[in-house]
Amino acid sequence: MANAALATTGPRTGPSTGRLATVAIIILLVLVALPRIVDPYQTVLVTYGLAMAIAALGFNLLLGYTGLLSFGHSAYFGAGAYTVAFITRDLAVQSMELCILGGLIGACVVAALFGFVCVRHTRIFFGILTLALSQVLWSLAFKFFWVTGGTDGIRVAYAKLTLLGGMINFAGPGSYQRFVFAYYYYVLAVFAIAAVVMWVIVHSPFGKALQAIRDNEVRAGFVGIPVRRYRWIAFIISGTFTGIAGVLWVPLNGLTTPDILYWPFSGELVFMTVLGGFRNFTGPIVGAVLFNYLKTYAVASSEYWQLLLGVVLVALVLVLPSGVVGTFARLGRRFARRQ
Amino acid sequence: MTGTIFVIQLLNALFYAAVLFLIAAGLSLIYGVMRIVNLAHGSLYALGAYVTAWAVGGAVGAAVAGTLGQIGLFLLLPIGAIAVGVLGAVIEPTLLRPLYRRSEEYHLLITFGLLMIIEDMLKLIFGGTPLTASNIMDGLGSISVGALPYPTYNLLVIAIGVAAAVGLWWFVYRTKFGVILRAISQDRRMAAALGINVGRVYVQAFAIGCFITGLGGAIVVPAQAAVLGMGVEWLIVAFVVVVIGGLGSLEGALVGALIVGIAHVAGIQFFAEIELAVLYLIATVVLMVRPTGLFGRA
Repeated sequence: MANAALATTGPRTGPSTGRLATVAIIILLVLVALPRIVDPYQTVLVTYGLAMAIAALGFNLLLGYTGLLSFGHSAYFGAGAYTVAFITRDLAVQSMELCILGGLIGACVVAALFGFVCVRHTRIFFGILTLALSQVLWSLAFKFFWVTGGTDGIRVAYAKLTLLGGMINFAGPGSYQRFVFAYYYYVLAVFAIAAVVMWVIVHSPFGKALQAIRDNEVRAGFVGIPVRRYRWIAFIISGTFTGIAGVLWVPLNGLTTPDILYWPFSGELVFMTVLGGFRNFTGPIVGAVLFNYLKTYAVASSEYWQLLLGVVLVALVLVLPSGVVGTFARLGRRFARRQ
Repeated sequence: MTGTIFVIQLLNALFYAAVLFLIAAGLSLIYGVMRIVNLAHGSLYALGAYVTAWAVGGAVGAAVAGTLGQIGLFLLLPIGAIAVGVLGAVIEPTLLRPLYRRSEEYHLLITFGLLMIIEDMLKLIFGGTPLTASNIMDGLGSISVGALPYPTYNLLVIAIGVAAAVGLWWFVYRTKFGVILRAISQDRRMAAALGINVGRVYVQAFAIGCFITGLGGAIVVPAQAAVLGMGVEWLIVAFVVVVIGGLGSLEGALVGALIVGIAHVAGIQFFAEIELAVLYLIATVVLMVRPTGLFGRA
């Protein structure tokens, strides 16, 4: 009974792929035009939001599609971010593409390692295990300060980075404005690629198999799906996406600290995914951008921003459990039926 | 001399284990009865610490003098625990009750929201400066272990930890309420069908779980200052304890707290850099080998 209910409320293909593609292209065009309309500060905010959206998309492959709630995704975000910090500091790498490649490998290795352990469990034990493992990384980053800088973190200067294999660099005057402008498009492009890749993954036979595992593990096993291996692969993909988000986030922030490995940061990832709605493909994207705005304005408006966010989260869970996108989708369907 | 240090470190380990046991026992009791993993648990512990520190160290502590005053302060010590217990009795029916029918993700989320709220409320009410109730610890003085002085208060904390363990065991295994708790934990529907008011027991169990945790905070604060962020930190260590011992098991919380207490003190002594990592790795290994912990049921 519970499984049947889950199945009907699971992520759906939507009205039609054609219409969806049209909407996606319109949104993409708006995003492309955005830096010419709004001021640089807003552009930076949206850049942050898009980077986090990649993380939330990856996270949701586990929560929404595989039915596993990870409370340790800060580990892969941090793995991506710290890999970039290490290779720019110690190997003097400047190319952002190499940074992405490095962060991708770093996050992928950590996710493969941790995932191998974590997928042996489901439900609450999975959550605690992911949390405990992410805290191993945190405590290492925290304590081995001669490698990681401890709480001071490692600086990653945007001015030293180059985009597109050295075609765009940020030396000379007015570089920050140029960086904001160029980096926005860079993140947007990576985001678009990531979203398409994730869309293909969740609509592939592999993605369908994951949803089958989520809805009924035993039956999925009976039809021949290697449950644990598929969960592991989903875990690796999920962690790698989150790692890429960490890579893109570092030059924006200019600094990587153990805070992004600490478990409340994993909680924020869960928060943004649920804010958007984890039963939809687009939910995490909307949630990440919204959360980023919410947090920025809460931090700016009050010293007690955490209190505000906590109240929002509690209200969300009690009143809008299907998230912003899920609620709008439901209202939209009800409206359509009445017509 | 080596022997003296060993004894002192052992006492430190027991002190740490006593506090940890109180937090982990509350966490386990709540999980055992209502199947909720309470992420706000560490913050409730911090609240207990803050309330006691504020009452004993600040407001009242400054006003009392003499032996009688000292005794009064001791009686005031559990005020943090009572405050947390009362808060628990409010939280359960208002915030948690609507969610029992929903999946575990929502339990984790709402308690994570609670964590954010409580952490900032602490900052709002008690401010950013650390609070202590060290006047109690100072009042008790110290005893000598070998050639070195050791605070008498730490021994009292260990005694409270032992008393709490015995008391909880008696409560859960030897009283009628304990039988009801265990019955609900085994089969909630059947217990309800037999005429047990499950809703009321849930409130009581949650409040008791909160009370024990608040007690942990209340007794730690004469020895260590209450600081912001302590809740988030201790929660994770309490998780390690219940994972090792088995979520939902009191014996597990006790054994887990002892293991973690000893590992913690040994870690600080011998391998300070990876002390935390070792704790998490112990938890990971236990989860891999025995998913339900040393004393957990499937």
